[in-house]
Amino acid sequence: MVQTKSRHRGKMTAVWLIASLLMVCLMGRLVYLMIFCSEHYSRMAEDLHQRERTIKAARGRILDRNGTVIATNRTVCTISVIHNQITDKDEVTNVLSNALGLPRDDVRKKVEKYSAREIVAVNVDKELGDTIRNYRLDGVKVDEDYKRYYPYNSLASKVLGFTGGDNQGIIGLEVVYEEWLKGTNGLILTQADAAGVEIENAFEDRVEPVAGADLTISLDVNIQTYAQQAAGKVMEEKGAKRVSVIVMDPRNGEIYAMVNVPEFDLNDPFALNTEPEAGAAVSRQDLLNQMWRNPSINDTYEPGSTFKIITAAAGLEAGAVNLEDRFSCPGFRVVEDRKIRCHKVGGHGAETFLQGAMNSCNPVFIDVGQRLGVDQYYHYFTQFGLLGKTGIDLPGEASTIMHRKENMGLVELATVSFGQSFQITPLQLITTAASIVNGGNRVTPHFGIRAVSSDGTSVRKFSYPIREGVVSEETSEKMRYILEQVVSEGSGKKAALPGYSIGGKTATSEKLPRSLKKYISSFVGFAPADDPQVIALVTIDEPVGIYYGGTIAAPVIADLFKNILPYLGIEAEKAQ
Amino acid sequence: MPKKKKKKVRRFYDYSLLFTIVFLTIFGLVMIYSSSSYMAQINYKGNAGYFMTRQAMIALGGFFVMIIISRMDYHWYAGLASLAIMVSWGLMIAVTLFGREVNGKKRWIELGPASFQPTELVKITVIVALAVLITRLGKNIDRMAGVVRVGLIAGPLAAIVAANNLSSGIIIVGIAFVMMFVASQKKMPYFLCVLAAAVVLIFAGPIGHVLTALKILKPYQLSRINVWLDPEAYPTTGGYQVLQGLYAIGSGGLFGKGLGESIQKLGFVPESQNDMIFAIICEELGLFGAMMVIFLFVFMIYRFMLIASNAPDLFGALLVVGVMAHIAIQVILNIAVVTNTIPNTGITLPFISYGGTSVLFLMIEMGMVLSVSNQIRLEK
Repeated sequence: MVQTKSRHRGKMTAVWLIASLLMVCLMGRLVYLMIFCSEHYSRMAEDLHQRERTIKAARGRILDRNGTVIATNRTVCTISVIHNQITDKDEVTNVLSNALGLPRDDVRKKVEKYSAREIVAVNVDKELGDTIRNYRLDGVKVDEDYKRYYPYNSLASKVLGFTGGDNQGIIGLEVVYEEWLKGTNGLILTQADAAGVEIENAFEDRVEPVAGADLTISLDVNIQTYAQQAAGKVMEEKGAKRVSVIVMDPRNGEIYAMVNVPEFDLNDPFALNTEPEAGAAVSRQDLLNQMWRNPSINDTYEPGSTFKIITAAAGLEAGAVNLEDRFSCPGFRVVEDRKIRCHKVGGHGAETFLQGAMNSCNPVFIDVGQRLGVDQYYHYFTQFGLLGKTGIDLPGEASTIMHRKENMGLVELATVSFGQSFQITPLQLITTAASIVNGGNRVTPHFGIRAVSSDGTSVRKFSYPIREGVVSEETSEKMRYILEQVVSEGSGKKAALPGYSIGGKTATSEKLPRSLKKYISSFVGFAPADDPQVIALVTIDEPVGIYYGGTIAAPVIADLFKNILPYLGIEAEKAQ
Repeated sequence: MPKKKKKKVRRFYDYSLLFTIVFLTIFGLVMIYSSSSYMAQINYKGNAGYFMTRQAMIALGGFFVMIIISRMDYHWYAGLASLAIMVSWGLMIAVTLFGREVNGKKRWIELGPASFQPTELVKITVIVALAVLITRLGKNIDRMAGVVRVGLIAGPLAAIVAANNLSSGIIIVGIAFVMMFVASQKKMPYFLCVLAAAVVLIFAGPIGHVLTALKILKPYQLSRINVWLDPEAYPTTGGYQVLQGLYAIGSGGLFGKGLGESIQKLGFVPESQNDMIFAIICEELGLFGAMMVIFLFVFMIYRFMLIASNAPDLFGALLVVGVMAHIAIQVILNIAVVTNTIPNTGITLPFISYGGTSVLFLMIEMGMVLSVSNQIRLEK
């Protein structure tokens, strides 16, 4: 038997020592990795593991001036299946396809698909979601979510706007007040495994969401509803393309109603409200964009005779004309080499300025414009605030399209004097008219009044600039008188309302190109005439048949005022 | 010790080693459960204990085999050396031809429901065969003929193993090297060999590039070296496993996240119950726990050294030295790979990593060592 010798023992010890030494070296390596590199690797590992899940904040509501909720949130459910957790595929397929009314094959496909999470249905009513949850099926997840909901459906659709998939405002007030309404999303920080599946009971960090602020706007649901009905009625009767109504408080610019029929359903904003014209080469998106447009502020038009209010105010303010000044209308006026016709072919004959206004006589206003001259006219045009935008709190307001002063000759001046050859938005017209009749204060039209945080602790009142002295109080008073006369005895007679003094002006604008013979009939009216508390503009786009503003637009205002004046607390005068 | 019972020879039995083996095995089962339960639940229909149960059954069986072997005289299987070499060759050829291919490597022989890694058998075969041979060679081990005879047994076996499992080939060569070193009277040639290996490792980067340029090394092998040098530059390709292991180790800190709290085992570290289990130990038990594990292995090979030193004959001593070399090399290489101290190669951590064949043959080896220890006569 070969014996172990001492040299063997020495070498065995050497092997052990070397091995131990190497292991100690590895311990040193571990110390380096686990103490000195610990922070570096921990952070990288955490980046790898951590998942952020947002908790949606409830979007702030929108309330009308009386506190009626016109935009709110509804709880909806998202139904999804998690393949790994499903125990009874058949039952899950049965229950989901029956409850949700989905084809069995589609549901089955999703149930059998190997994925972390497969969404079966979104925007399911909370009740139905609860029903499905009560089945307590393994692998079926019911997640609650907020969806914007508009209780009045199409009411003021183009003003309110709607929200998109992430609850962000897409158009209208929802966009402008996004910062106030959206709130702050909460966060859940969780850890996930390599497949991205959240680990249960893992350390969770939670930041609670803060709901958005409630926005109160100047809109009045009742006035808006009535105006919308009236607009819809006249659109149908006259076969018009569109009808817009703006109702405003001329004293401060608060808008009571802004109607643009046809409106669309805010709860289903991607459904077209009209049948697309056959053969029209327009994409669906273009049609939607067209449907969502707010023509009261996004589109411009030639205002026509309603603009004579501005020419009259400028003439009176500059002292270029008085109510009793005498004019003569042969049915046309020659300016330089151009013969500009009056709407009355035979002419109005001899008349005072007041009569000219009541007749809406073009030559009279051409004369006033010519008396002012380009410089003065342009000065007042600018002073009245017509060159800029109104500054309304809605997106996409269109600018005025006006001649440049240096390009403006007497012919251009003559056409501008009675509201042609330039374009403004309907909102710009009513705002300017309001500023002239309210004593000369240029107001900023607006909807937003205040935003109140969800817990009610923070209230932010919105303020809007008012520019005083646009015209003198005296001129304003004369204008109220003239416009009252227009309604009581002139071309705006059909806007008259027994018991009320109403001021107003009609207009019939020819759309471009004039060869098409398409018109926009409009009427701007206010009441009471001596102390305007409400002003309204109705514009009827492309009426079929009779298209005179005094004939078809004025009655809409009379009808509207008949209902809203008592509602606004403006009593009829008894002795009439 | 009083000399009352002279007739009966008092024999030594290394209970410290036995306890260490039991402790490491049970600790291994706990860590296998901890590191594999999450993924096992996903992949084996909710059976979180899939890997742990399998390992436990084999370990239990292996334990009885170990006890039986430890109670037998180790000389009887010296005669089995030739047979073991033939069986090893047969199985290695079989695995090369008919083996189950996993990740492009043929390492498994399937026998019905069970599968088996013949390389583990080769390791133990080499230990026994070389112990027999070197004992027979005596002083001739220092002659060229002796070295050649050892090389003829270990070399070809190591080569056929290395063809599909480079790291096992390296371990076999390492075992042979250590056994020869212990038996030899010389030191210098062995020292030079170690020095050469260290130099190669230190200059692995430049050498790898040169060898690749000369088309001796394949590009994928070069990429392993590149990954080793800078794993963060290859986070999704070759460096993924190493980097995920480093994340686990680094995020452990001083005392770890606590048993069962590893995040990296949730599918980030691939096969975390296997080669990379040490990374999970680091993450859950921290530097403290990792050090304890290493100390246990240091203690274990210390026990081997004691047994080898006191072995009744050179054959017994060499058996223990072979096992000692096997365990030491495998532990060092595994931890070095996991900590990215050397380029990545698949080596399991003895007793702790999941692997049925491995634990079974480890138990047989331990039985051999205990049987050698049992032949030590206690004399005063």
